[in-house]
Amino acid sequence: MNALIAMGTWCVDGLSRLGKCAVFFLRTLACCVTPPLKFDRVIKQIWFIGWKSMPVICLTAVFTGMVLALQGHPTLRRVGSEAFLGPLIALSLIRELGPVLAALMVTGRAGSSITAQIGIMRINDQIDALELMGLNPFRYLVVPNLIAFVFAMPLLSAIFDVVAIFGGYLLGVRVLGLNSGAYFGEMNNYVVLHDIATGVYKSMCFGALIASVCCYKGFHSRYGAEGVSSATTRAVVDASVLVLVWDYLLTSLIS
Amino acid sequence: MKKQRFEFFVGLFMALGILSLAILSIRIARNEFSHSGGYEVQAVFTNGNGIRAGSPILIAGVEVGRVKQIALKDYEAQIVLMIQPGVVLQKDAIASIKTKGLIGEKYIEITPGGGEPIAPNGVIRDTEPAMDFEAIISKFVQGNVSKPAQ
Repeated sequence: MNALIAMGTWCVDGLSRLGKCAVFFLRTLACCVTPPLKFDRVIKQIWFIGWKSMPVICLTAVFTGMVLALQGHPTLRRVGSEAFLGPLIALSLIRELGPVLAALMVTGRAGSSITAQIGIMRINDQIDALELMGLNPFRYLVVPNLIAFVFAMPLLSAIFDVVAIFGGYLLGVRVLGLNSGAYFGEMNNYVVLHDIATGVYKSMCFGALIASVCCYKGFHSRYGAEGVSSATTRAVVDASVLVLVWDYLLTSLIS
Repeated sequence: MKKQRFEFFVGLFMALGILSLAILSIRIARNEFSHSGGYEVQAVFTNGNGIRAGSPILIAGVEVGRVKQIALKDYEAQIVLMIQPGVVLQKDAIASIKTKGLIGEKYIEITPGGGEPIAPNGVIRDTEPAMDFEAIISKFVQGNVSKPAQ
């Protein structure tokens, strides 16, 4: 009997939490498409999410490209097709690794701090203060983040792709002694525009996902320092897990 | 001043991102725009295995065009070749399907002839289908290879 009650409670709780997330997301979307848009906040968030993530994106990208080359080269050499190193690196980056790794890095760097910022505003009653002043907190806090994430993520993942392909070039051509014409020339034969479009769609979806998860967690953070810290942790974990799950779903839908 | 710095870096970030997208779609991806010019030539193969729209067409190893489309006609593979302008093919040129390496991708190699040039939408009559490795191997396995006379 107790087990049944526990199961029912768990189900209802889960569903109502899901519904709260959906209402939050829809409210944000509604505020996105209706004026007024806080344009200077959007610019500031693009600066924060996009520009300030560049160093970490570039650093991880170079090493991702180099490790792909390092792992791919011996395997391909065994079957005598080292020329496919370029397509291997380019395709895996453009289709999967670029959007996903960039999203994970941005979640850790920018998403967590957005959750913490909104969470602290919540526990200091600053969000209530905004509402009292007649400002819609969604417009002021959530919408700029969502738009900035959706704008910045495709650009960040494109930068990730280019830097990682360059990293693969550094290791494959300069260190392992592959022919540079083969590295870049073979890419042209295998990468098509559809792959790049897929990567852009994916990273836009990831941007929307990260922004809504992180803002939602901050908005519904519990009180006290512990509440904010647990909200931040949950936001990063949930956003990362959702990015990977959503990546699988999108890949199976698109291809 | 502080606000302008934000905007400067946002602009720089946008420029870098769009530049990366441009590099990806122009340098890295197969360029679908630059091959749109040219003229079409048709070729009919008994076996078009491995050829797709976009497969390269080479003369002496130099790319001169791409396959535009492939369709079935009278139980044969009718392939439309998009040849770059300025490349002249002769009526007795030979089109053959070849493979880059043993397991690489398929492409169409054109051996030039010596006759009059083909008009646009003309047909290459001499074609060689893709080599069927399985058929060759099974011939060897079953011992049907004709031995030289002793």
